Amino acid sequence: MEKMYAGVAVNVNEEGYLTDFSQWSKEVAEDIAKEENVSLTQRHWDLISYLQGEHKKESALSIRKVGKSGVVSIKEFYELFPTGPLKVSTRVAGIPKPASCI
Amino acid sequence: MEVDNNKPVKKMMLVLSKATLDNVYACFILANGARMEGIESEIFFTFFGLEAVHKKKLESLHVATVGNPAMHMPTMLGGLPGMEAFATKMMKNEMEKLDIPPVGEFLEILAASGSRLWACKLAMEMFHYEKEDLIDEVEAVITVGDFYQRAQGEGTHLMFI
Repeated sequence: MEKMYAGVAVNVNEEGYLTDFSQWSKEVAEDIAKEENVSLTQRHWDLISYLQGEHKKESALSIRKVGKSGVVSIKEFYELFPTGPLKVSTRVAGIPKPASCI
Repeated sequence: MEVDNNKPVKKMMLVLSKATLDNVYACFILANGARMEGIESEIFFTFFGLEAVHKKKLESLHVATVGNPAMHMPTMLGGLPGMEAFATKMMKNEMEKLDIPPVGEFLEILAASGSRLWACKLAMEMFHYEKEDLIDEVEAVITVGDFYQRAQGEGTHLMFI
């Protein structure tokens, strides 16, 4: 399905995750973050670029892994995205929702 | 998946009463999984479950090889010396492959995630444990009544493990 973010129509799945990363932009991220009631700071952007890098490497994401990344601690991860750190951050980053239970 | 957004799960109150590794992990994964979804979670450690937060015991928890039909092992064999340690090692190896942390690290993750950990007063007295015997992440020793108080509110679910 299509959704309008930052004045552009982007393809998303039924959970609102971008299905085509090439349609992602910082403006799109800002709009998705607004929907999730998150206002993006530099710390969010640092994390987003880390997540996108991991996705490009096709490495599976988990809370534990992000906590060990040196980018953010688990505590900060939750502070940045309190309503669901992995779930919301990946959506803002324009990458698929991780199927991780950890 | 049909989701009723009118009645979201807001808080998971878990009671861990056993310290076999499979039960401990089931409990931790449920508590952690709740936080990952933005759901509050708390664990009440009672009876043998206290071992999972006991400083000297938490890293030496085992899988049960006796009285566990899912091990598909004759009870006599399961009781042989070293069998539990062997089964536990196998299970830990598999879990590490899945990025499941050891018990101690998992407790740190839970605390960092905002999961709240409590110890049962009656069980503490029964086992003659002091608060200092438990890891610092356990906030306090409380009664079952205190735990129910904390469970108040709509969207709270209780689970006994």
